[in-house]
Amino acid sequence: MADFTSDFWNLYIAVITILSIVGCAVLLFVQTTRRGSKEQVDTTGHVWDETLAEYNNPLPRWWMWLFYITIVFSIGYLAVYPGLGSFKGSFDWSSARQLDEEMAKANQQFGPLYEKYLKMDLSEVAADGQAQQMGQRLFLNHCAQCHGSDAGGSRGFPSLRDGDWLWGGTPELVKTSIAEGRMGVMPPQGASLGTADDVKDVANFVLSLSGRTHDELRAQRGKGKFTTVCAACHGADGKGNPLLGAPNLSDKIWLYGGSEATIIETIAKGRSGVMPAHKDVLGEAKVHLLAGYILSLRLRGEAAK
Amino acid sequence: METTYNYKVVRQFAIMTVIWGIVGMLVGVFIAAQLIWPELNVASFLSYGRLRPLHTNAVIFAFGGCALFATSYYCVQRTCQARLFCDKLAAFTFWGWQLVIVLAAVTLPLGITSSKEYAELEWPIDVLIALVWVAYAVVFFGTIVKRKTPHIYVANWFFGAFIITVAVLHLVNSAALPVSFWKSYSAYAGVQDAMVQWWYGHNAVGFFLTAGFLGMMYYFIPKQADRPVYSYRLSVVHFWALIFTYMWAGPHHLHYTALPDWAQSLGMLFSLILLAPSWGGMINGIMTLSGAWDKLRTDPILKFLITSLSFYGMSTFEGPMMSIKTVNALSHYTDWTVGHVHSGALGWVAMVSIGCLYYVIPRMYGRTEMYSTRLITLHFWVSTIGVVLYIAAMWIAGVMQGLMWRAVNPDGTLTYTFVESVKATYPFYTIRLLGGLVFFSGMLIMAYNVWKTAAGSRACDEAPIPQLAPAPAH
Repeated sequence: MADFTSDFWNLYIAVITILSIVGCAVLLFVQTTRRGSKEQVDTTGHVWDETLAEYNNPLPRWWMWLFYITIVFSIGYLAVYPGLGSFKGSFDWSSARQLDEEMAKANQQFGPLYEKYLKMDLSEVAADGQAQQMGQRLFLNHCAQCHGSDAGGSRGFPSLRDGDWLWGGTPELVKTSIAEGRMGVMPPQGASLGTADDVKDVANFVLSLSGRTHDELRAQRGKGKFTTVCAACHGADGKGNPLLGAPNLSDKIWLYGGSEATIIETIAKGRSGVMPAHKDVLGEAKVHLLAGYILSLRLRGEAAK
Repeated sequence: METTYNYKVVRQFAIMTVIWGIVGMLVGVFIAAQLIWPELNVASFLSYGRLRPLHTNAVIFAFGGCALFATSYYCVQRTCQARLFCDKLAAFTFWGWQLVIVLAAVTLPLGITSSKEYAELEWPIDVLIALVWVAYAVVFFGTIVKRKTPHIYVANWFFGAFIITVAVLHLVNSAALPVSFWKSYSAYAGVQDAMVQWWYGHNAVGFFLTAGFLGMMYYFIPKQADRPVYSYRLSVVHFWALIFTYMWAGPHHLHYTALPDWAQSLGMLFSLILLAPSWGGMINGIMTLSGAWDKLRTDPILKFLITSLSFYGMSTFEGPMMSIKTVNALSHYTDWTVGHVHSGALGWVAMVSIGCLYYVIPRMYGRTEMYSTRLITLHFWVSTIGVVLYIAAMWIAGVMQGLMWRAVNPDGTLTYTFVESVKATYPFYTIRLLGGLVFFSGMLIMAYNVWKTAAGSRACDEAPIPQLAPAPAH
């Protein structure tokens, strides 16, 4: 794609660049004195601040040649690489094409390794030792930044080992989560629930769902509001809905925290969690391998129990 | 008829150079420690992300800036044989610049930032900087205009180029649309913003940290060595080539980014062409000593000045090498860059400033020498060891990071995760902290020496202008 709307600018760049490089050479040339004059060099005759004077030694030869070499190199480089506006250079090189070529080469070299697993069922991939090693390396470079090196998650980023799945835990659904990404949005409900006191009532009802310490009176009062506002996604019993990514509120797993203050914050201000789509970044084969790796984590977790 | 030089403003800037040097380097030591012990991020205003720009602003613009003001005001008066133009304006540049620094020290920890590297200060402070800078230009060039000497000394060419260019860089890069008193948005967007930013960023290095300090070098080395400058001809060629070529080098900060290929190529080539013009200054400084090499053995001020030129030569060789795309592909985003910057900042900028201050400060108190020459020698060795520890650690760490990041397994996956490269860097972070602490301790030695020098004498605000030398014979 052209960088400019008018060809004039390409010419402008090329002319200024050439004049500038040639100008450096001319400056150097006109200041070069003839070789061989070995007589005693004298000062220029000017004196500043009582003692400051200047000799007028010729330019050191090695320095002058160093300067010329960089100029000649630059001219040669501009003949073969892009630099003079839209002139592509005789190598017809571009960084975008270099990337494409390197990616194509890598796909050709490594592609078959991953294609092999794409043909396998996810449960087979999860049981394959080599697939687990490759999957782990992918996981550590692409997933660990949020989900942690041990896939244990952190605040706002779900654990992938606890058997609790916001969007469903079947092999295919896990793969879809990685490939397509997820938007886990809890809308702010402070206004629709009423006053801060009402929010606190609902929070206490939510606490009661998982048997946490709560104010019974408030929980009773909050139940009605929960049924009309929250149950649409989280269900009347608060067990959640994986189709909507609505978390189960009756277990001991909390994505953002399970204290009364945090629950109040979640209800009043809402939450917005994003799992980015990786299909275009990694390609289907690697997504498949990653899904297999994540399933293997669960299998290992269950085996440990 | 004015008969005296204005030494008051020179002394004020010289003393503040030492103080801001200590402050800026202390912040540097602290953030270096934070990289080893993240627990030191105890409060938001003491967090790494806010203190890092404070460190860079303090050492570049507070320490480096005050050193430039002090030496340029000293040099321009003495080489023009004329008192500074307009004492009041000169005083304004001092108090205005100190206000800029204090405002930076308050706003940056509070998180008030334009987020442009080395230009983080928000627009009201940018306006103040512009005012101070225009005043600086008026004082400096006003003094040049009223000079009694027929020719303009070479040091003043460099100071002049530095003052003019920094004004242009500051005005263009800081152009922004204010949305409130403490928030503005850059006038540029996307890759143009990045390009303007690094045009500014690299020329801040080229003019603030190079041309200005070469001006210092051209006055204080021949003065301290009592020898004529090696080559007038070389100074002409390398001056024009340097100030012209630096302008093009910025794109090498944006290799392999969305910046168009042609711009990346030009950034790389002009960085390579810059090698010889940069070395011209080093040659001219070091060769000035020819015939007087023995002075290096006994004179710690010359040790500082000549060693700084060696570091200058080293980092101006390293810079063009790092601008080559294939080298940059390894070095970019690693601590190698941090090492490169500090070999310039500590080895060149700080050491040449320190050497010049040891020359200027006693003269501000009516003496010709500092309180203790042995303490200067000690400071020299402490500084040198500190720089070497620092840059060696960062070089090794940088190359290691670059190699770890590109290592690939037989299945095409990356061998190391990012955090593994961070873990592997810890030992080098520790050596770097040690190097920084050693260099910092040198500044404390300097502060003591300056204190004793000042305590034993009376500050002189004025110094007599010597009689005009007889007209030079052509």
